Amino acid sequence: MSLQALQDRIREAAGRGTALRLRGGGSKDFYGNAPRGEILDTRAYAGVVAYEPTELVVTARCGTSLLELEETLREKGQFLPFEPPHFGAAATVGGCVAAGLSGPRRAASGAVRDFLLGTKLIDGRGNVLVFGGQVMKNVAGYDVSRLLAGSLGTLGLIAEASIKVLPRPPAEATLQLRMTEERALEALNRWAGQPLPVSASAWHDGELGMRLSGSEAGVRAAAAKIGGEAVPEAQAAAFWQGVREQSAPFFAGEEPLWRLAVPPATPPLRLPGRQMIEWGGGLRWLKSGADGQAIREAAQRARGHATLFRVDRRSGEAFSPLDPLQMRLHRELKAAFDPAGILNPGRLYVQL
Amino acid sequence: MGAALPARQREVAQALRAFLPARAVLYEEEDTRPYECDGLTAYRQLPMVVALPETEEQVQRVLKTCSSMKIPVVPRGAGTGLSGGALPPGDGVLLSMAKFMRVLRIDPQSRVAVVQPGVRNAAISDIAAPFGLYYAPDPSSQIACTIGGNVSENSGGVHCLKYGLTVHNVLRMRGYTAAGEPLEVGCEAPDAPGYDLLALAIGSEGMLMVVTEVTVKLLPKPQNARVIMASFDDVERAGQAVADIIAAGIIPAGLEMMDRPATHAVEQFVGAGYDLAAAAILLCESDGSAEEVDEEVGRMKAVLERSGATRMTVSRDEAERLKFWSGRKAAFPAMGRISPDYYCMDGTIPRKRLGEVLNFIAAMEKKYALRCPNVFHAGDGNLHPLILFDANNAGELHRTEQFAAEVLEKCIAVGGTITGEHGVGVEKINQMCAQFGAGELEIFLGIKRAFDAAGLLNPGKAVPTLARCGEYRGFRVGGGKPAHSELPRF
Repeated sequence: MSLQALQDRIREAAGRGTALRLRGGGSKDFYGNAPRGEILDTRAYAGVVAYEPTELVVTARCGTSLLELEETLREKGQFLPFEPPHFGAAATVGGCVAAGLSGPRRAASGAVRDFLLGTKLIDGRGNVLVFGGQVMKNVAGYDVSRLLAGSLGTLGLIAEASIKVLPRPPAEATLQLRMTEERALEALNRWAGQPLPVSASAWHDGELGMRLSGSEAGVRAAAAKIGGEAVPEAQAAAFWQGVREQSAPFFAGEEPLWRLAVPPATPPLRLPGRQMIEWGGGLRWLKSGADGQAIREAAQRARGHATLFRVDRRSGEAFSPLDPLQMRLHRELKAAFDPAGILNPGRLYVQL
Repeated sequence: MGAALPARQREVAQALRAFLPARAVLYEEEDTRPYECDGLTAYRQLPMVVALPETEEQVQRVLKTCSSMKIPVVPRGAGTGLSGGALPPGDGVLLSMAKFMRVLRIDPQSRVAVVQPGVRNAAISDIAAPFGLYYAPDPSSQIACTIGGNVSENSGGVHCLKYGLTVHNVLRMRGYTAAGEPLEVGCEAPDAPGYDLLALAIGSEGMLMVVTEVTVKLLPKPQNARVIMASFDDVERAGQAVADIIAAGIIPAGLEMMDRPATHAVEQFVGAGYDLAAAAILLCESDGSAEEVDEEVGRMKAVLERSGATRMTVSRDEAERLKFWSGRKAAFPAMGRISPDYYCMDGTIPRKRLGEVLNFIAAMEKKYALRCPNVFHAGDGNLHPLILFDANNAGELHRTEQFAAEVLEKCIAVGGTITGEHGVGVEKINQMCAQFGAGELEIFLGIKRAFDAAGLLNPGKAVPTLARCGEYRGFRVGGGKPAHSELPRF
């Protein structure tokens, strides 16, 4: 498929005022408000456009398989530092950027947007636009590329993305410690204030998993300092994979899955349901059938926000509400990129 | 208020005096003169009025007043910016945030600091130091520049390859839109809901909002750091060594390059102990625990040796490490010692094109008969060629600008950008027309309209109008037009 074909499709839909549902592998169809519109499948616009390991940048088309991209990087000893969840083998690069979801390494390395250097975007008029580039530092113009991370395709079709990559750390170790929630939160924040190479953390049901990544010497010294029990490599890899891809037993079950983002030192939220804590305390997964309003208010009291991440039957908004000025800005930004309002309407917020 | 003041100026000053004390509203030339330019002194303009509010409420009232009177407003921090982003409006209000100097909260447990925009960059690290924490971005001007200016420009520094830019180290900002509406972007929790307005506002050069409060991330201070000074007898070989280090899987805490003219200039100025015989030197830093640093320095030395380093010195202690860095951080003022004026460029290029771009710059030195030492954030491909000139010699400033314009367009041609960290401001507004097409510019203008429909906040900066670009492209055929021909030149 050519870029032109994607442009034509968007132009034509804009002309007719027909809603388009931008879709890669469909692995994140569950995320955000219910998708609607005619499907525009991006998978045929695929391929790594440029990759030079010494430049620490990879540029790939939207339909490129995320797995394949990661394999390409692995061959050169590099990786996507934000460890994006795939949620299925069909996940694409475009979907990864549009969803803006980051994995276990988020607290240590940063989020998708932190590594997004440039994008080629097809806006709602069908124009191909290029923002940012392939270089690490670029302050020419507003940082539209980072704005697109997590925009769920509502501002345009992210046809191509240039992403900063990093070398894989030479050494890694996972430790397991038994701790209450209070003690785990205290310890996680204390360690985060020390120069330790912590690259992931996950607490659930009295067990805290800690991953260290860095130089051999650094990992060894930090492991001695943190203590706990060393987890064998294969078991550790499976554990983090289960957290990242939500295949761990914690994520099973009928109850809705909430994603509460809070300042990391927030004390236990004590909401009804089961909980998994990631990102040094900044991310609290909650499996709970409790009242959504109460959950959102708890997150808000902690100066955070709550997302109804996975649910069987959606009613209401997936994301925390914006204040009126923020919503007005969102609507005007949406109109600047997609004046006909045809791209993934309602997916992020009903009014967009 | 003097009767001789033009009516509009008197009217605006009076409106601001309704809620600001007399000392906070300046309009006499002797008072407004210090605000006529920022770090880019080639462009100067006296502001009609300078306002120095002290409270958020006063900032809001300044904005509301100017909004209702349709008066342009230009926010200003410490005025160290290098692209004229704080160049005042001749027909408007320069809004100085200099009095917002308070640190509102340091939270060592959550590792954040909440500060007002007038707090200096280096002061944040000083205040965080007792907790073993620091604020990572370290622009060379860090002892003077403020966090408000840093968020406006998305400032970098010499450690951003490993620790990121301002945008990676700020969690939340509070402030006002041009119309005076209170706006908060980002939050202390990860991944604020909705569009990433924080990323949009950071680096927006004061075009979208006036920031009154910034929450920054604090990082644990690495226990140890050592820097290798490596000499090369060829600039391109030094560039290749940078790629070799990264290919070896190492991300140094800092990776800087200086060519011989640059090392000679700074050595006279600060005596950093640089190898003056080298065609170029690399400063390559490792930080972390003692074990980590030992291991990494060993790996880096092995790579540099293989890449043809002719000499290597590893800092023995903190004093020597700071001495090695002092030369790099003093590079700009050092140029001021060997030349009456200098003009600093800020292009970023893919590192692999370094040799080509340096050769191009050397050719431009001959073409324009001007010297141009180079300092280079080698790790992230950000070049700072420094054109030396004397503004008192007729035509030298104009030649300098043409020299710079050619280099910036070369940066675009090799896949880079016209500005890595200094911003567009007024300085590179014409090159924006070369970097972007009409479609992108329309999106930028649409973003601006969403935040500032009347276009009163920092007008004429950062994003050119389509009409301006049309004119510029037309002029370029005939060979160059100064960026702001309407302004007095110095």
